[in-house]
Amino acid sequence: MNIAPQIWQAFVVCISAVFTQNILLSYFLGLCPFIGVSREIKSAFGLGLAVIFVMTATCMLNWLAYHYVLEPLGLEFFRFILFIIIIAAFVQFVEMVIERYSPALYQRLGVFLPLITVNCAILGASLFMLIRNYSLIVTIGYGLGSGIGWFVAIIAMAGIRQKLANDRIPQGLQGPGITLIIAGLMALAFIGFTGVLQGR
Amino acid sequence: MLVSIFIAVTVVSSIGAGLAAMLSISEYFFANYGPCQITINEERKLTVEGGKDLLSMLATEKIFIPSACGGRGTCGLCKLKVLEGAAPLLPTEEPYLDEKEKKSNVRLSCQVKVRNDIKIEIPAELFAIREYTCRCVDITDLTYDIKQFRFELVEPNTMDYIPGQYVQLLTPIYEKSSEEVYRAYSMASDPSDKHRIEAIIRLMPGGICTTYCFEYLKVGDVAKVNGPYGDFRLSDTDSPMVFIAGGSGMAPIKCILHQMKNEGIKRKATYYFGANTVKDMFMVELMRAFEKELYDFRFVPSVARPQENEKWDGEVGLVTEVVQRDLKNAAECEAYLCGSPGMIDAAIKVLTEMGMSQEKIFYDKFG
Repeated sequence: MNIAPQIWQAFVVCISAVFTQNILLSYFLGLCPFIGVSREIKSAFGLGLAVIFVMTATCMLNWLAYHYVLEPLGLEFFRFILFIIIIAAFVQFVEMVIERYSPALYQRLGVFLPLITVNCAILGASLFMLIRNYSLIVTIGYGLGSGIGWFVAIIAMAGIRQKLANDRIPQGLQGPGITLIIAGLMALAFIGFTGVLQGR
Repeated sequence: MLVSIFIAVTVVSSIGAGLAAMLSISEYFFANYGPCQITINEERKLTVEGGKDLLSMLATEKIFIPSACGGRGTCGLCKLKVLEGAAPLLPTEEPYLDEKEKKSNVRLSCQVKVRNDIKIEIPAELFAIREYTCRCVDITDLTYDIKQFRFELVEPNTMDYIPGQYVQLLTPIYEKSSEEVYRAYSMASDPSDKHRIEAIIRLMPGGICTTYCFEYLKVGDVAKVNGPYGDFRLSDTDSPMVFIAGGSGMAPIKCILHQMKNEGIKRKATYYFGANTVKDMFMVELMRAFEKELYDFRFVPSVARPQENEKWDGEVGLVTEVVQRDLKNAAECEAYLCGSPGMIDAAIKVLTEMGMSQEKIFYDKFG
């Protein structure tokens, strides 16, 4: 088995997951923390980093669990439950390790780390990698790319919202209203990336 | 069919159980810090089970560090020095510490996790803060709505405090209140008697703690206080002093007067005490006795609105008006104020107008 083309494919999948297939702005997954935690850049940054890490690792773990446990036993229909359990356990584990070895990072991530357990983008990425029949290496690239894509989107949104904080917004649009409109505009901009790729 | 369901359930459950077991095992390795020793001020040593924050550990050992937010890291009050064994400064602490404090290892105790042996330094005053069990031994009516409560300390049976400080009295759950609350009362007692403390309390209509003290607390009852707290105290200069108080604000001033008598402090002092009507006036004889015993002390009681049938031959008017009329050398004096926020703000205004600088005005405002 030749690894080089797979790594190249993983790289391409990774880049496209960041821009054209952005899990947040193309598939609208993980919207809840996206709206809830994008008020300031600092916390958006912490949550974004945690999502990148957890998404990459859980995609890999879920790929292994699916292909080496569920498939041989013919229990594919259990993938939803199993993926959620694995994600929850992994987040718990990571939390414990970070608290022990890097209290500063633990404090910075704060409540965001446990929140990731219920972030549907994480589960979504695991399910997409199954549907698209990615190999393990490509899956890692896909997880990483999706995480970075989510990170980029929430940082951009936090930047816009910090700028908006001092602007006068019509009363009915304040808070989530204007945030969703901005998310829509951002999604349009990300669709623009597809055009860039096609015109190559 | 049944077999496949059985296999499916078993597989998923065992995977879940396996993950849970892995988590428990890793928790045992990662989150187990074993017994840790906290050394306080190089003298007292505590051995505790590691893993929790310093503030709550000290609280379980009955060492009370002031904290308004209950350990969430938002009030910045629970500062103390951690000399050895702390993790690096956390971003949650930074907003509450200035450069000087950061250099001298000051930390927020609610944010410092005890994970190994650590050495800390607590200001002696905070170290002295304890919870005291005491018994109410005397209740005296001073006016129709002010009573003096005397408590005898049972466990521990002595309290070292600086005259002017206050304690927090625990109001237990009773008919009119469904939660335990703490209210602060200044010590009014003679500080030479370390076994007893006195509080002067005015009945606040609807007040949880004052209602309890006035209607439910009886002589012989057990009460809980913690303290002493506060930095209202005599300065160590020789400037002449002006005391201004109203109502139950008498308490810390009385305590300070006892101290001046006990220690033979020879500073000129004038005490302006304001009451609303003549029936709100109290402890005049005691103050007259202090006039004889102290080096140079003058008591100037004033009544704001004497009623028609009341006999009053002292000053008439608000206490601040009396100060304005009577005090001649305000710029040289230090002022000690205790009373309602309104009275204190008015007094600060009058005193600064008369030429006293803000730094020489010390006060204890009722919350």
